[in-house]
Amino acid sequence: MVEFLNSSWGIALILISQGLMMAVFLLLSAYFLIYADRKVWAAVQMRRGPNVVGAFGLLQSGADMLKLVFKEIIIPAGADKPVFFLAPLISFVMAILAWAVIPLNEGWVLSEINVALLFVFAISSLEVYGVIMGGWASNSKYPFLGSLRSAAQMISYEVSIGLIIIGVIISTGSMNFGDIVRAQDGSLGIFNWYWLPHFPMLFLFFISALAETNRPPFDLPEAESELVAGFQVEYSSTPFLLFMAGELIAVFLMCALTTLLFFGGWLSPIPGLSDGFHWMLAKMGFFFFVFAMVKAITPRYRYDQLMRLGWKVFLPISLGWVIIVSFFAKFEMFGGVYARWVIGA
Amino acid sequence: MSKIDYTRAAKYFLLADIWTGFKLGFKYFFSSKTTLNYPHEKGELSPRFRGEHALRRYPNGEERCIACKLCEAVCPAQAITIDAEPREDGSRRTTRYDIDMTKCIYCGFCQEACPVDAIVEGPNFEFSTETREELFYDKEKLLANGDRWEPEIAKNLEMDAPYR
Repeated sequence: MVEFLNSSWGIALILISQGLMMAVFLLLSAYFLIYADRKVWAAVQMRRGPNVVGAFGLLQSGADMLKLVFKEIIIPAGADKPVFFLAPLISFVMAILAWAVIPLNEGWVLSEINVALLFVFAISSLEVYGVIMGGWASNSKYPFLGSLRSAAQMISYEVSIGLIIIGVIISTGSMNFGDIVRAQDGSLGIFNWYWLPHFPMLFLFFISALAETNRPPFDLPEAESELVAGFQVEYSSTPFLLFMAGELIAVFLMCALTTLLFFGGWLSPIPGLSDGFHWMLAKMGFFFFVFAMVKAITPRYRYDQLMRLGWKVFLPISLGWVIIVSFFAKFEMFGGVYARWVIGA
Repeated sequence: MSKIDYTRAAKYFLLADIWTGFKLGFKYFFSSKTTLNYPHEKGELSPRFRGEHALRRYPNGEERCIACKLCEAVCPAQAITIDAEPREDGSRRTTRYDIDMTKCIYCGFCQEACPVDAIVEGPNFEFSTETREELFYDKEKLLANGDRWEPEIAKNLEMDAPYR
């Protein structure tokens, strides 16, 4: 048995089953996240939310998925068919692909690479292609304009996310998520995590994550009431489902990133309690709850406000922070909280 | 150069609006829900609610309607059709009392016009049908409605009586 697992077939089998486990975890999360999202949104609006299909409406997401799958796929006349179907695939596959380097616990990661953060960043940049291709291939004005708008939005906020991440990378001296989390380990529990030294960046990161994943208040791409749902206008049935699922998994990825970068990943907030997957899951769940709450309480940004916020507020602040952090780290100020590569090395 | 409003700038950078929003959001999040689980729970109806029509009877089982045709005359949608002739015992009764529920606008004028409280609009609002024909009510159907809803109708008329 051990011999087989060490052969190349065995390793391939292990890799495939690990990948499947991750995919199943993500799809299950997406299933329940849609439900949680709708419940939170409903609760803030003093509604009950889905509660008819299954116990407490738990089967509602499944019913909706089935409904979408069984609907007719409508292809607009003159649409570029291969690209039209490639676009939802890209946004779905890219959303899942980024999870290959996200650790859920010490060592629970599909591929332990040293440029993990860069990889996530690259993949989430590629997600823009799904949007652009979807809008362009639809051969329709509204999706095309919508896709340009969404692409500009996603690229703008990626810039500030990138700069915010640099602060964390400087502090850790590594782009490996395992190292980043281990650098946040310490005797003080919750006060050892990066949210404290990188305090303002936490909010900037979270808001940029909202914009990056097209969540309210930055949901201009899918503002169905006034901007006719942007790049998704011509999509129906399963391709639409793929877009939606991809978006949700990207949101969950942002929850995971917030957890790993600023809230110590799988580390226990109280020193003495055991670290583990449950902490990771609880933190990601908490951040998704905040995502849902923000969706419920904020009105939508106007497009020029969105661009102004991205380029004139977030970019200067995060750029300034990078310089400040590198200064703090270089001279090991504040007891070296900004220079934690010392701990790891 | 215009003067900078520092209070506003501070509020902007400290995300004051977002915190206020969160506070309000959580207040509603934990407040009781206003949704009614409709088929299982139903909202309160006024005694004056104008729902499905019914023809009432006297307690001895005699039908109230005397075929005066006031309801037919007052009906703005002309949904009511009445034919009448003397019965064997000499009393004037309807032979035909049809309401086209697809025409009816539920104004309640028939109920207002009726001198003997025969035609009323009851509290029932769940009478959807699968075919259009089922909504052409005849006398038999209306009397059956009256028998079925009499307790509720009588109670509503009694509650509303002081205001008439």
